[in-house]
Amino acid sequence: MNLGRTNKYLGGLLIAFFLFSALLGWLWTPYDPLALDLRARLQAPGAAHWLGTDEYGRDVLSRLMAAARTSVTISALTVSFAVAFGIVLGALSGYARGWIDRVVMLLTDTLLAFPSILLALALLSILGANIWGVILALGLAYMPTVTRVVRGAVMSLREQEFIEASRLMGHPAGYTLRAHVIPNCLAPVIVIATSMFGSVLLTESALSFLGLGVPPPAPTWGNMLAGARPYMSQASWLGIFPGLCIALTLLGINLFGDYVRDRFDPRMKGL
Amino acid sequence: MTDQDTLLSVEALELGLADLPENRIVRGVGFDIRPGEMVGLVGESGSGKTMLGRAIIGLQPGGIVERGGTIRLRGRDIAQMTPRERRKMRGEDVAIVFQEPMTSLNPSMTIGRQLDEPLRTHAKLGAAERRARILQMMERVGIPSPADRLDDYPHEFSGGMRQRIMLASAMLLKPALLIADEPTTALDALVQREVLELMVEMTRENGTALILISHDLPMVARYCERIMVMRQGELVEQGETRRILAQPTHDYTRKLLAAMPERGPLRSFEDAETPLVELRDLKVEYVSRGGLLSRANRKLALKGASLSVRRGEVVAVVGASGSGKTTLGRALAHLIPHSGGEILFRGNPVARGSEGWMDFRLNCQMIFQDPFGSLDPRFTIRRALAEALYHMDIGAQEKDARIRRIVAEVGLEEEHLDRLPHEMSGGQRQRVAIARAIISEPDFVIADEAVSALDVTVRAQVLALLADLQKRHGFSSLFISHDLGVVEQLADRVVVMRDGEIVEAGPRNRIFDAPESDYTRALLSAIPTLKRTGEGVELSWRGSAPEAGA
Repeated sequence: MNLGRTNKYLGGLLIAFFLFSALLGWLWTPYDPLALDLRARLQAPGAAHWLGTDEYGRDVLSRLMAAARTSVTISALTVSFAVAFGIVLGALSGYARGWIDRVVMLLTDTLLAFPSILLALALLSILGANIWGVILALGLAYMPTVTRVVRGAVMSLREQEFIEASRLMGHPAGYTLRAHVIPNCLAPVIVIATSMFGSVLLTESALSFLGLGVPPPAPTWGNMLAGARPYMSQASWLGIFPGLCIALTLLGINLFGDYVRDRFDPRMKGL
Repeated sequence: MTDQDTLLSVEALELGLADLPENRIVRGVGFDIRPGEMVGLVGESGSGKTMLGRAIIGLQPGGIVERGGTIRLRGRDIAQMTPRERRKMRGEDVAIVFQEPMTSLNPSMTIGRQLDEPLRTHAKLGAAERRARILQMMERVGIPSPADRLDDYPHEFSGGMRQRIMLASAMLLKPALLIADEPTTALDALVQREVLELMVEMTRENGTALILISHDLPMVARYCERIMVMRQGELVEQGETRRILAQPTHDYTRKLLAAMPERGPLRSFEDAETPLVELRDLKVEYVSRGGLLSRANRKLALKGASLSVRRGEVVAVVGASGSGKTTLGRALAHLIPHSGGEILFRGNPVARGSEGWMDFRLNCQMIFQDPFGSLDPRFTIRRALAEALYHMDIGAQEKDARIRRIVAEVGLEEEHLDRLPHEMSGGQRQRVAIARAIISEPDFVIADEAVSALDVTVRAQVLALLADLQKRHGFSSLFISHDLGVVEQLADRVVVMRDGEIVEAGPRNRIFDAPESDYTRALLSAIPTLKRTGEGVELSWRGSAPEAGA
């Protein structure tokens, strides 16, 4: 009980902090995140540069803030993409059944057979590494999970008597889907969307780390971490701060995700 | 009564939720059970009867704690027992049989091993002797060729057989007290009678006392010498069965007895006009799709049913589960496709997309069994009712007026309109479901077990409401039910189904008073009914004469 509340607040606080940094980074950063200053390269954290500078003298704090913006945008768009298409495909597949279901499930199962990062890698090498490519690739990689969950929920919902009652009133299938089926299968979708936000963030960082994400010089936490590798012994802050950002955001999302699951999952409702 | 004469003695027992110190699920309950006695514990859902039964054996679910009172078994306070003594008590002294035979047996363990468990734990016997005892017991509960079935899993047995196995496992150690919690509620009427009679015989043979927990007053009255009535956690009345039936002292008991269904008035219908609904040789086939290599499995759930419903008539369809009565209703409403035969509405064949389709769709409505599943949890009552008027060609004001009128007609208040289903009781929801079905003034309403999920007193109210609405609006109705008492009250004509076929059909009085088929006779004789005689009621049992109890 108490632990749950702590989770909620700590998670919410962490998420709020990073969302705020992302928003702020959009409007204002202490320095231009792309401005080179070779006189001030590899400076340790101090009064002028709170979190130090990198090998080109760029301000790490400014870059982290700009990166937060990129990461949040990518994650949010990817999750929206996956959820929107997943709901449509899943609802269609679960409600219509028959050959539509079999085709959708064949595609979904094929996509699910690949680890999402491999799939994203393959798609990115075709689409090219840019922000839209990343969103599309990650969105396609995460969509099958949503499709499956929605399909399952819809299949059990369509047997419910209130769905049959809607059919008896003479409503067309499209109306029944929109009014009765989809709103009632949103709870599990919200739950997976929350935790998906975290995995997308992590996968996006991994892709950037591998050099297949958002191309430099635009900062992301992943490519900052990648860039820090050669300087780890001299300038450990270059690796530590982006790493901390990723870890703390993920922790926040997971803690908050637990709360969301407890809130929406009827099986967790106890008495 | 001295302590020696009392097997179980419960005194001022209080049970409550662990989180809420003020809450009481069971309040100040006290009673005694003598050895070998058969006692019925009757109450509606939420009355605390199950919790009470479980507390006796110390098996109440987590979160429910004893807040006072004592439970003594042979004079020993159960709370004072060591965990070891308590384990010994369960099984050896007190055994329990639950309602759902599917979940109370472990699905991944053979019957032989499951029956062996209590013996291995509690009796010091060799393997051969245990096996002999098990076989003897299986034979006793009526499992054919028990030696061959020891290695079978629970799913290989029918519901009735599983309940027999549960009974066998409970009786293996010859307990002094058997607690049976709705032991036959999940079973069909015929099987229910067999299992109950077996249970009564076996407890009598072993001198075991029986506490039969049930919502079904006639059934309990049929077998038990004494009845305890529970309501909202309190034991409102207890006494000899005969006395309770003839001279109930508590208002609630009187209400329970008054809620027993009674034969409705006889109504006549002209045969001349075309029937409103007619089924001709309707067939429904279920195809379970096989895999790549296995062939598709076909099963005829409805093997050609013909019946007609006249304008204003209530036709009841009765039968055991799996008899095809629900399939009949769903195929008629076009919720599932039929594979053969014809459905005629106002004399014209109905098919999806045909000329009369929309007329049929809007004029054939359905009331479902589960008042929790038939309403969208996210729709307010107002929205749910408005939705049913969506295809009606009337203005918004007229719609609003209709909603207000129908809500009043089904006995709800206008304030209920802005509630969500989960904010209402089961009976209230069923009223909403009825309102939704008839708000568009359909000519034909299919009610599939529409009152089965409701408590006895609520059921009586909803039945009265249905009869009243039917009279007022004059719609015809197909009333699908397994409950013969309810059917006797409401139906003008009765159709009896078995294994996807219609066994017998005819006017209600003829079916109930002079059934022609053996199956109908067996069905009628399996169910005890309570008949009102002057002030009290009297237990009657169609067919064979009652042998014991009341």
